[in-house]
Amino acid sequence: MSEHRISMTVNGQQHRGLVDGRLMLSDWLREAAGYTGVHVGCEQGVCGACTVIVDGRAVRSCLMLAVQADGCSLTTVEGLAAADGTLHPVQQALKDNHGLQCGFCTPGIVMTLAALRADGARPDEAAMTEAMSGHLCRCTGYQGIRRAIRQLAAEDGTP
Amino acid sequence: MSAPPISAQRFIGQRVPRKEDGRLLTGRGSFVDDIILPGMLHAAFVRSPIARGTIRSIDTDVARAQPGVHAVLTQADLAPFGVTMLSFFLGPVEVAMTPLADGRVAYVGHPVALVIADDRYLAEDAASLVVVDYAEEAAVVTLDDARLGPRVHPDTDDNVAALMGEEEADAALEALLAGAPHLVSQSIRHQRIAQSPMETRGVVASLQGESELLVHITCAGPQLVARWLTLALDRPGLSVRVVAKDVGGSFGLKNHPWMEEVSAILAAMLLRRPVKWIEDRIENLTAANQAREQEMTLRAAFDTNGRLIASHADYALNNGAYPMGADANIAVHMFLWAAYNIPAYSFVSRGWYSNTPGLAAYRGPWAIETLARETLLDRAARQIGIDPVEIRRRNLCTAADQPSVTPLGIPREDITPAQCLEKLLEVVDVPAFRAEQAAARAQGRYLGLGLAAYIEPTGAAGSIAVMTGELAQLRIEPTGRVVAVMSVHSQGHGTQTTMAQCIADQLGVPIEDVTIFDGDSSRGGFGPGAGGSRQGVIGGGAAIRAGRLLADKVKAVAAHLLNASPEAISLSDGMVHVAGAPEMRRTLREIAEIAYGEPGRLPPGMETGLEAQYRYDPPPMTFTSAAHACIVEVDADTGFVGIRRWVSSEDCGVMINPAVVEGQIAGGLAQAIGSVLLEDAARDAQGNPTAATFKDYALPTIFDVPDFEYVHADTPSQAEGGFRGVGEGGCIIGPPTLVNAIADALAPFGEVPVDLPLTPAKLMTVIEGQPWPERPVSRFHPDHRAPEVDAPAPVAPAVAAVAPAIAVGIDGAWKLVLATPMGPQPMVAHFQVAGDRVTGRLEADQGSQEFTGTLSGDQVRWEMKVTKPMAITLKYELTFAGSSVSGKCKMGLFGTAKVRGERA
Ligand code: FES
Ligand code: FES
Repeated sequence: MSEHRISMTVNGQQHRGLVDGRLMLSDWLREAAGYTGVHVGCEQGVCGACTVIVDGRAVRSCLMLAVQADGCSLTTVEGLAAADGTLHPVQQALKDNHGLQCGFCTPGIVMTLAALRADGARPDEAAMTEAMSGHLCRCTGYQGIRRAIRQLAAEDGTP
Repeated sequence: MSAPPISAQRFIGQRVPRKEDGRLLTGRGSFVDDIILPGMLHAAFVRSPIARGTIRSIDTDVARAQPGVHAVLTQADLAPFGVTMLSFFLGPVEVAMTPLADGRVAYVGHPVALVIADDRYLAEDAASLVVVDYAEEAAVVTLDDARLGPRVHPDTDDNVAALMGEEEADAALEALLAGAPHLVSQSIRHQRIAQSPMETRGVVASLQGESELLVHITCAGPQLVARWLTLALDRPGLSVRVVAKDVGGSFGLKNHPWMEEVSAILAAMLLRRPVKWIEDRIENLTAANQAREQEMTLRAAFDTNGRLIASHADYALNNGAYPMGADANIAVHMFLWAAYNIPAYSFVSRGWYSNTPGLAAYRGPWAIETLARETLLDRAARQIGIDPVEIRRRNLCTAADQPSVTPLGIPREDITPAQCLEKLLEVVDVPAFRAEQAAARAQGRYLGLGLAAYIEPTGAAGSIAVMTGELAQLRIEPTGRVVAVMSVHSQGHGTQTTMAQCIADQLGVPIEDVTIFDGDSSRGGFGPGAGGSRQGVIGGGAAIRAGRLLADKVKAVAAHLLNASPEAISLSDGMVHVAGAPEMRRTLREIAEIAYGEPGRLPPGMETGLEAQYRYDPPPMTFTSAAHACIVEVDADTGFVGIRRWVSSEDCGVMINPAVVEGQIAGGLAQAIGSVLLEDAARDAQGNPTAATFKDYALPTIFDVPDFEYVHADTPSQAEGGFRGVGEGGCIIGPPTLVNAIADALAPFGEVPVDLPLTPAKLMTVIEGQPWPERPVSRFHPDHRAPEVDAPAPVAPAVAAVAPAIAVGIDGAWKLVLATPMGPQPMVAHFQVAGDRVTGRLEADQGSQEFTGTLSGDQVRWEMKVTKPMAITLKYELTFAGSSVSGKCKMGLFGTAKVRGERA
């Protein structure tokens, strides 16, 4: 076991800690930093529920060590909506289209789609659907997720 | 039957956005793993690496000595709690079982010890240091192993966990089958399924002082879990509170706690520290209870016009080692032909123990009946030479065929599978498809159309004790806000939205003003949780009736205050209105403030406050009907199945929220696609799981599931609100719809065996004319060569030796257990033998009844009539051997149940 001092920005807030070298980023975010919206569905890198944005890229936080995120800037699903509560367009599209049921897979799906739109990028329907290949949802049969993607593409004029 | 609504319905029937979504989309849900308590410790299990054997020793010393480890517990530590593991029916399970293994292990993954440490990392480290010495035995894994191999549980007579139906062939029925113009036989096999909710199982248990156990748990209903734990722990003075706010899916897995949850709870009680156990995905896929793994041979006879004459099913279900209730699944037979007209049906049904994880429910636990029937009908259509649509039209139960009763006694009054099929065919142009199919075949492309129809019992209450009505407790708070505490519970079902829709309509308030609480057993009252597609039907009915009661009270108060007649009062927009006097309207808040705070202004004798509650018990059965069509293309080079179109035509009555209804259908269909094409919780010959991650256990992804189309029929049911359940249907009708489409596509190559999953490799054998892959011969079969481990000799049945003067050994009292479809029923029987005549009395909870019967050799037979749950004649046949007795009881349409017992 090795101990490491780390610091990172999560949702605009500075976080510091002393962590074991083997601590997974998902566990650090959930337990130390308190972002329990990071869901752990498999710890095997398959389901995508744990996806967060690290320095602008969608990352499976169950496959990354907390020490690897030292010095990085992260966004979790808690940090996506505006301060006044206005949902991120991805969140709003999923809500409008009944894109979730139990909501366990949802944070990861939201973060992957949000990462595709970072820096003003406007992916088309095919790109967003392709990105969903890395997410498992046991509840919805992906119907509302697909509708949400179409709505986003239509809003952006990129269908 | 219902009074007209007090305001025009505004929310029922609308695609109202879900109230749950705001918190779930922003990461503010509250799932069990989100619960962090001060001083909380973490649990990790030591699990058996072998499927069958005895534990010679467990060495916990090294593990216990690790820093951060608080305890390493074995069954010896938990035994003093004296926990009784209960089935879903809340009776003791059929075979002895303990939270941790007690001397024997019965499946790979069986929990043997529990490490409690400061965090999960340390707990897992220490778990790997526990040394367990096993004496391994040859494992009983498959249904064939169970039939041929040694007993899984030493204290049972054989591996039959449950038996129903007629073991001996019914000569009259066999004659009908043999003499028919067309006899069609279909043997099918359904693989083992892991329910795979995206949130695994988990629990956080903590003692609150001496008298309250607080259990946060991911479950299908906190009220049922609280009831289960209260009975299982049976500790006077201990109250159990169960909290489950957000749950990441259940699909039958999380109905009640099982070994792991109970062990973690006991650890919290033992250590007096909060304990958290969160199952990891490997545990979930390999060691949690599973479902399906079934075989059925269904035979059906048709006349020259393709009309059904008679049918017989021989059905087997792998129960694993510790099922959550030994099960031969009577519902399979009750509903197998319930949507069709058939004069005669008989069955034999056996659940088998094996050295695999136990059986739990999975969405539509009886769904094999629809798979067997609908695939047989397509095979029959090909064999007889009529169209698949036509064979269904000729046999489906239409409006003109009702009311009627099926051969198994199911009354049908308002089922609509035939209408659903016709509505489906308005949307799916079959002749156009056939033309397209023919053209495609000419180009070497293989398109197929699959159809299926079914009915499903939903919203049942009253026939099985644990399946009760549902409760709504409703109040308008002094603030004017409406709050309901409901006994229903959502694992993604959206009941916080749909129940609010029902209530908002009755009280004439905006839906934002209604809050539903449903995740805490300390609030509201009992309900069994999600299961049997019940919550919309029964919870919705309770919400409407409670809403109506409360609306009446508001009207009475307002009429009194405003000097109007109650009939002149209406509720809308959160206001109370007086007909013809708009200036007299008042807000609900104004009325509520008076109702709570100024008793003197209320009508004489009226209770203060604005509260109402209603426990709704629906009609015994509410049926949902559907017909589905699916079009596939099978790639003849790869065996890959592409789904091009899928249309659902269902009748779930009045829809509370069509978006929620369609979400339930879609989720079930995705699971159906997984069952047919992808998922397989297989075990090797030693009982080792071969799917341990989501890489090996392939759930459908977005690319495996097409866009579904929906047609709704909306025939109101007899239940309050006219609702019919819709939670399970997609998972029941989906598999045969897809299998039939694949079989239709590959018809030019021959029949496709219904042996799920239909992987590309298997389909290639049909396309290439190769033999279908054989299943390995059971290691216990005489033809099996080179067994890996010496199998113990099969144990002779307990009834082998018969003492000549057996009669002497029968007189007196015997404790018997009758394994009914509703769970085990304990009884005491008293026998008095005189010559070959036996008189006696049978005592059970429901009362006692005398009987007379006959003795021959070591066997006693008698008959007795009962009137509950319906009028049937019970025929007992018991064989006595020393101080034990075993045999069976024929229970009319409920089939045959096993009886076991011993001297009282
Ligand atoms: S939890 Fe990280 S991919 Fe599943
Ligand atoms: S909404 Fe439940 S897993 Fe996706």
